[in-house]
Amino acid sequence: MKLNYRIVIFAFAIVFGIVFSIPSLTQSETGKKITLGLDLQGGLHMLLGVKTEEAIQSRMKSIAASIKHFAERNDILIDGLTFDESSVKFEILDSDEISKFDDFFKKIEGSIITKSTTSLSLKLTAKEIETTKKEAISQAIETIRNRLDQFGLSEPVVAKQGEDKILVELAGIKSQADEQRARELISRAAKLELMAVDEDRNARVYSMSDSDAAEYGDTILTDAKNPSIKYLVHEIPILDGGMLTDANMGFDKNNRPLINFKLNAEGADIFGDFTGKNVGKRLAVVLDGKVYSAPNINERIGGGAGQISGNYTVMEAKDLAIALRSGALLAPIFMMEKRSVGPSLGADSIKASMVALVGGFILVILFMIVYYRLAGVIANIALIANLLILLAIMSLFGATLTLPGMAGIVLTVGMAVDANVIISERIRELIYEGKSMHKAIEEGYANAMRAILDANITTLIASVVLYAYGTGAIKGFAVTMSIGIMASMLTAILGTHGIYQLFDHKISKSKNNKFWFGIKG
Amino acid sequence: MEFFRYTRTFNFMGKSKLAMILSVLMVVASYGILLTKGLNYGIDFAGGTVIQVKYKESAPIKKMREALKSDPLFASASISEFGSPDEVVIRMKTSSASVTRDIGDVTRQVLKGSGDFTVRRVDIVGPTVGAELKEKGVMSLILAVLGILIYVAFRFEWRFAVASIVALVHDVSIALGMVALFGIDVNLDVLAGVLTILGYSLNDTIIVFDRIREGVTNKRSMGLEETINESVTRTLARTTLTSLTTFFVVFTLFIFGGEIIHPFAFTLLVGVVVGTYSSVFVASPILLWFGFDVKNYHTKLAAKAKREAEKQRMREQFESGVV
Repeated sequence: MKLNYRIVIFAFAIVFGIVFSIPSLTQSETGKKITLGLDLQGGLHMLLGVKTEEAIQSRMKSIAASIKHFAERNDILIDGLTFDESSVKFEILDSDEISKFDDFFKKIEGSIITKSTTSLSLKLTAKEIETTKKEAISQAIETIRNRLDQFGLSEPVVAKQGEDKILVELAGIKSQADEQRARELISRAAKLELMAVDEDRNARVYSMSDSDAAEYGDTILTDAKNPSIKYLVHEIPILDGGMLTDANMGFDKNNRPLINFKLNAEGADIFGDFTGKNVGKRLAVVLDGKVYSAPNINERIGGGAGQISGNYTVMEAKDLAIALRSGALLAPIFMMEKRSVGPSLGADSIKASMVALVGGFILVILFMIVYYRLAGVIANIALIANLLILLAIMSLFGATLTLPGMAGIVLTVGMAVDANVIISERIRELIYEGKSMHKAIEEGYANAMRAILDANITTLIASVVLYAYGTGAIKGFAVTMSIGIMASMLTAILGTHGIYQLFDHKISKSKNNKFWFGIKG
Repeated sequence: MEFFRYTRTFNFMGKSKLAMILSVLMVVASYGILLTKGLNYGIDFAGGTVIQVKYKESAPIKKMREALKSDPLFASASISEFGSPDEVVIRMKTSSASVTRDIGDVTRQVLKGSGDFTVRRVDIVGPTVGAELKEKGVMSLILAVLGILIYVAFRFEWRFAVASIVALVHDVSIALGMVALFGIDVNLDVLAGVLTILGYSLNDTIIVFDRIREGVTNKRSMGLEETINESVTRTLARTTLTSLTTFFVVFTLFIFGGEIIHPFAFTLLVGVVVGTYSSVFVASPILLWFGFDVKNYHTKLAAKAKREAEKQRMREQFESGVV
């Protein structure tokens, strides 16, 4: 036995492989493990789009609300305050007061003001529109993440993909009801608005059309519990959920679940002002465009606390409180891609690919031993080491194993022996030429090296491209392929060479070509 | 065992015309199929919805069709068996963008009463995502081929690079032709399969080319045709063995890997066979036909060796302080 640097490195590699693949193989609680992809463990993968245009419109609405409040605060009489998807317009009755708005508009970033003697219109710069859209996306990501964190799933993935898409991955969703709940929680706008009921015209609401209502600067909303009940409310809200600081589930005196919310100082101020001036009128609590309650204002309400009552179950109230707390979505989201795999299908896929892996593995191992005898055994040691190292590296990086990834491992088994086939064939050739086994081995490795390197590097190029351009599960295939190829260079070239050198004195003395390389003569 | 020991040199290049006719026929046939029948794009590229439903017993497909008719959402739906009689997939060209209203739930509602079933998979791909994935897929193919071309040109010679790319195009065309012929759903996994074929087929070609390069460098008296014949013969044992082991595993994957992995395994199965054939019968003859100039190569090699030697001399001089 003669130690050499190759066998030492190989031994270290095997120890590394065993130590770091154990947590994954035994599925132990501690240590770094390979995570199973959603296609293997079951789960929900969604790619969401954001309707960013609507973020602009809601920004306009909220600017309109603050203009209204500012004017009321400062006793400036304004008229015809309207907004659409790109602008806010209004008129000032006393043209001398127009300059009072100067400071106010300065605070609105990226605004372009067009003034005539009495009318004002506000638009946003192209840059500001772009920023608002971007903010809507990052805000949506933040909001969805917050909501899911409170939902109680283990490690939900919420990430930006590309310029304007949101990737949401939820592993371990076990039931249909859970999935439904998660989707509702994610997509809920949770936009809370407090709106004034237009008491002057509300009596006529049932005979009004949407365009009639718009003429008065009003909008028709339906009741959340009973859609046949309608309310006519001022289109521009008194305040919106942006001023909400907290929301929690509570119970009313009949022990029905409801939601208590709190406003920030500014919100409390506006709320106090409004209720003080509108005693005897009604205030509509509007959530996502539906009226949840419209109580009479009996007195000025300070402190900025309120309630939303509906026919909630405890679960619904809890989820709604989460949604409100984590903030409203500035713009609605929509589904661009969805892949959901039930846990039973994932288990079936694991089973099927394991059968393929073990089956292919045994076939290759038997074939190599029968064909190459001891050289085959040595190649098989390298193959097993290759698999262990592959698993160990994947565990260390916490890589995700997907179904195509499993296919990549199966393929690695087939292709990793290639290096040893090339080397063994070279050695055989040299023995046929009459060289001694010792010489044949050394020359065989030297000659085979270049071919193996070139071949593996080209395969690696294809894998890297696949990784860069692949998505989701396909990336998993590229990962296992790439690691497998690199590990095979270590085990199949360096490792097996080391083993031969370890037994060099025996090989030098032996004339048994059949025993070592499975050939006669 | 020496089952694949080849003692005499085969005259592969003598058969190359025949092989070329076969190859051209197969490639033309493949494009014929691709143009007339076309690829059956799955939802990854075309967009749409796939719902996989598993029944306790055989799936009542007729009953299901009737049930699906009741909801206009399923207007374009087609139902087909998936791997076993108790498992089916419902395919639709449409995709719903609603986050809350889930087509899986709708399916559960609609199929209620048709038996004991579970919805095991719901995949929805919207049209924009599909178009993007298609673009990315084509891009990845082009980039992979380009990367390989540059590497091979750098390591060998440009004619080797072109010959290997021709072989690659040959393999990919035939593989896609077969995929179209058998109406396999073309999704991302098939694309992954095609890229793997790129790598695998090239692997084979490079091993042969490496031998040719070695033969050209070492045995100067031999003509190119002879060298190629000898190199292909000498690597034939390896080509057969590796193809066999790879074929084994891909075949087990195809048989036991489950229905979802089927398109991928099928693509690879075709690729392994065609890739092996092309490295022997397509890539090497092209090298010959492109007029790879052995003499010129030798002059270049000699010049390279001379430059190296010169560099070495300079370095030695520099180190011993003669400059």
